[in-house]
Order: sequence, then structure tokens, then C-alpha cells
Amino acid sequence: MMFTETPLVRRKLRQERLAKWIFFGMTASMIIPLVLIVGYLVERAWPSLSLSFLVDVPARGMKEGGVWPALVGTIYLVVLSLAVSAPVGVLAAVYLNEYARDNWFNRIINLAVINLAGVPSIVHALFGLGAFVYAARFGYSIISASLTLAIMTLPVIIASTREALASVPRSFREACWNVGATRWQTIKAVVLPNSISGILTGIILQVSRAAGETAPIMFTGAVFFKAVDKGDLFPYGLREQCMALSMHLYTLSTQVPGVKESVPFATAVVLLGSVLVVNATAIILRGYLRSRKKW
Amino acid sequence: MGDGFGGGPASPGVLNPKAEIRKPKEIRKPKEIRKPKAEAASKLGRDMSTPQTDRAVADGFAVRRATRPAWAVLGERALEVLIYLCGISAIVFVLGIFFFVFKEAFPILGNKQFSLSQFLFSEQWHPTSELNKRYGVLAMIAGTFSVTALAMVIAVPFGLGAAIYLSEFCSGRVKETLKVVIELLAAIPSVVWGFIGLTVMSRLIVKYTGAPVGVNVLNGGIILALMSVPIIVSIGEDALKAVPDSYREAGLALGATRWQLVWRVLLPAGKTGLLAAVLLGVGRGVGETMAVLMATGHAVHIPHSPFDSVRTLTANIAAELGEAPANSDHYQVLFLTGVLLFLMTFVVNLAADLIVRGIRRK
Repeated sequence: MMFTETPLVRRKLRQERLAKWIFFGMTASMIIPLVLIVGYLVERAWPSLSLSFLVDVPARGMKEGGVWPALVGTIYLVVLSLAVSAPVGVLAAVYLNEYARDNWFNRIINLAVINLAGVPSIVHALFGLGAFVYAARFGYSIISASLTLAIMTLPVIIASTREALASVPRSFREACWNVGATRWQTIKAVVLPNSISGILTGIILQVSRAAGETAPIMFTGAVFFKAVDKGDLFPYGLREQCMALSMHLYTLSTQVPGVKESVPFATAVVLLGSVLVVNATAIILRGYLRSRKKW
Repeated sequence: MGDGFGGGPASPGVLNPKAEIRKPKEIRKPKEIRKPKAEAASKLGRDMSTPQTDRAVADGFAVRRATRPAWAVLGERALEVLIYLCGISAIVFVLGIFFFVFKEAFPILGNKQFSLSQFLFSEQWHPTSELNKRYGVLAMIAGTFSVTALAMVIAVPFGLGAAIYLSEFCSGRVKETLKVVIELLAAIPSVVWGFIGLTVMSRLIVKYTGAPVGVNVLNGGIILALMSVPIIVSIGEDALKAVPDSYREAGLALGATRWQLVWRVLLPAGKTGLLAAVLLGVGRGVGETMAVLMATGHAVHIPHSPFDSVRTLTANIAAELGEAPANSDHYQVLFLTGVLLFLMTFVVNLAADLIVRGIRRK
């Protein structure tokens, strides 16, 4: 039977094409402005962008110079916070995915993870101030700030690790149990090696989140300015305060009058660039490992 | 995980470590059994080659038993306790957050000069005034809601539109690329969004609308919309993916166009999931701090138009906590604002979670 195009069909097909273009337009209208904005930021930052911007210290009351102390401070905070949240988060996910039964208590744990992920960053800051700075007497320090960041990144690491663990087929575990391995031996020998790529991707994605957050470190350990030697790799002690890129950007753009115009733009580009590079790495890694997966 | 995960992994007859610890020396270890077992196990991992085996004859069956040194069994126990502790850490931290934030805020509730109804329903915010201190956050609540509402008005149609486009209208390379871009969009730090609002968006707003200041509800709303779109897209796409393919096939078999399918079948079928996506977007909007701090201006008053500057609850804490001396009234009120925010996002996230859970159960 031949398909005949009645006016009704034609109208419907036109409608469909129209719908497709409208939805495409909606998608594009989120992405195109972003590309334009990033392009604009880079263009404005161009006069300051250079390798020496990265390793120079701020000069003339932060009006000129580079971002070295902030860059190192951000690395300190990210490394320390993930050193805490990655093991705790992975083990928590192991518990939730491999050990926990479906009872009311574990449902409450799930609820807690979800709500922890939804706690506003400024409330994390208040918590860090109350718990780490005052109650635990760490003072305004790198320790306080990174612990606050660790708690903020924890729920997302738990969620992504759980997803990775859940993607290992159950038959793998059963095969291992059937040769007499205990639960932990199975996790160590079968589950973790088979899900490590997903776990790592989740953790790397949190590197950029920890690097970008400002509010949680603002009142727990990050400062506007700290004198640091140019190119000094270990300028901070753990009980000291530090500068951080995100905080530096906030300071430059709102608190310091008369900054050379391109400096805050360059700081924003450095922060944005490093976050995007880290995330792109994680995404590429994930794609590569996914393509090698055999099940 | 209710499907037998709770039970032991191996049947008790095969592996019973406790029995072995008691009398390891009585057991004879024939070598001909040990070797193949170790070889088979070594494929699974190095640690599997350690169990020694013995042969016990019971009821005519040869039973192989794996024995492990006591320290290994104890070590494993200890590790499992550690795993359990990490497992419950999320509860500890949520309670800890509420406890510590509330602890700092608590003294103000007993303060005679402070009343909770004034806190919630007054728009007078004069925390540093000498004579007439006023702690009313109504204006900030209005600020939070106006910015979040505007953001949702922009982000919900665009986010859901993009989710529909991703899940129904494109496939293969285009889809993968768009998903990656949206993931990158979600990764942009909020302080960079704030900076964009402060420098790029505010100039555009002044130029095209003629508003006297560029940092206002409109600016914050647009920035917040761009920030919450990725979360709406990804959760919304999941919700559409959860609609069974048989629905689509039935629709197509009836001769529906894709648009009819989306409008008549997928949206009604996936509406709870899409609602959850919107709620998570709202949660993000209410809790967002740095971007709204930088993009909305700093005026404490109830906005009358999108071109008014406002201050949100989060921005208020971020802006004033640094100046409030520890344990002063001002400081305690800011923590009380934190409790309020915590409860607000708690309710929103709980609602979203219940909706998502309801879908899964179906």
C-alpha cells in the first residue's frame, strides 16, 4: 500500500520538524552564550595571560602580578580534602553497595547522602566554622578549610562510586564467592578492580568541584592575601591560612579597587581553564575505559 | 540490595573461618589438593592463594576447607568495621552539620531582644545599629525566592527542552557531544559565574534594558538559570529514559509524530521525574551562594521589579559573617539563617528524593 501524504500528515510532519528545531534551539541557546562568554573572558584576559602570570606573586596591593600563592593554596586544599573524602567516600559506597541490606537504617543512610549533597555551600561554611575552627580548635587553617571541602565533596564521591560498583555484574561476585572467597576478598579481588575506572572518574570530577568552591573556605581558612615567594612550592603550613584561586577571584573582582583590568579576567580564565581541563581529562578517561569494557 | 546481598556469600559448610582458628594444628594438609586450589584461586587475585586446604571425610563426602591465619580473619573484621563506620559517616555528617550550625545559633533564641516571628516576618535588617538592632530576614527570603523563581522560569523550559532534544530527537555522536558539553557546563565554579554576572551580564543588562544598575534580580536569575540548567537536563533526561520503550513503540505504531509522542505520551508518563528534576534545580538555586552574592547587588529590600537589586539568604551570610564578631547576636542570627537554609533545602531535596523513589518503585 502506498503511503499518501494527506494535508493532515503534512501538517503533522511540519509540526514535528518545527518541534525538533525548537528543542535544538533550546539546547543551543544554553551552549552558544557560554562559548561566547568564555571567548570574551579569554579576550579580556589576554594582556595578562602568560606563563609568568601563573608563577608570579600578586604585586602592588594585588593590583598587578600573578596568582602563584592562590594556585598553590588551591592545590593544597584540593589534595588534602580529597585525601580525606576519597577513601571515606569509596568505603562508604562499598558499604552501601556490597554490605548493606535494604532496611530502614540503610534507607536513612541513603537519605543522608542525598541531603548532604543538597546542603548549600554556605551552610557547609557555617558548619566548618563551628565544628573545625572553634569546636575542634583547628583555627582558621588549611586543615579546617580542607575538612570542610571534604565533607562537601563526600556525598558526590559516594554516589559516583556506588554507581561504578553497581555496574559490576552480580555474576562476577557470585563466581568469586563460589570458589570460597570471603566478602572482602571478593570486593578486593573482583569488584574494585572492575570498577576502578568509574571510581577514579568520580573522584577526578570532584577535584574540580573542590577547586572551584569559594563559600566553604571563605570563613574556614582562605585569606585575601598572604605573602609568598615566587615559585615557592611549599609556602604553607597546615595550621596556617592560605590563598585560593576561587577566593582570589572573588577578592579581586569585588574587594580591591583599581585592579588592572585584565588581572581578574586572567584569574577567572586560569580557574575556569584548570577546572575544565581536569573535567575533560576525567570524561576522556571514562570514555576510553568504557570502550574497553568487556561486558 | 535486598536480593540476598545480606546473606553470607558462601555456604557455611565450605568456609567457616571460626572453626579453623580453633584447631588449625590438627589439620593435615595434603599437598595434592593445595596446589590446584591455589592455582585456580590465583586468577582471582594474589591473596586468594593463601588459604590452605584440608580434607575431612564426613558422611562419605570429601569436604575441602580453607583455613586462613587468624590475623587475616581479624584484619578483615577490622576492615569491615571501618567500612561500616564510613558507611554511616553520611548520617553523622548531616546530623553534625545541623548540630553545629544550630549550636552556634541557639543562644539567640533565648535572647529577650530577639523574636522568631520578627526574624521571619520583618524586613528590617539592621544588625549593626547601636540603638535599634533589627534582625528580620523577610527581605532576604523574598530575594532568594525572586531570584530562584526567575531562574526557574528561564531554566525549566530550556532545561526540559534540552532534555527532550537529547533523549528523543538526537542520537549517536551528537548526543554524546552535547552530554559532555552539558557536563562541562555543570563544572563551571560558582565564583566564575558570579564574575560573569558582575562583568559581562551586568554590562549587557545596562546596555539593553537601560536599568540603572546591572546587578539585580534579572542578572542573578539569568546566571542561576545557566547554573541549574545542567542538573535539570541530566535528571530530566534520566526521567525520560525511564519511560518504557513500549510506550514509544505504541505511539509510533499509531502513527504519532515525534512531537505528538513527546507531548501526549512522554511528558505525562515522565512528569514525576521531570518534577524531581525541577525540584533539584530549585534546591540548587536556593542554596547557591557566590554567584548570587556577586550578581544580585546588595540591597536589603523586597524587590518590586526584576531590575531591583536584592540580597539572598545565602549572600547575606557570606557578606556579613566576616564582619560579625564570634558569638555576638549578629553572628548567632547569621547561623540561624543557616539553619533556615538547611531546613529549606532539606525539604526540597527530600521531596525530590521521594518522587524519584516513587518512580523507581513503580
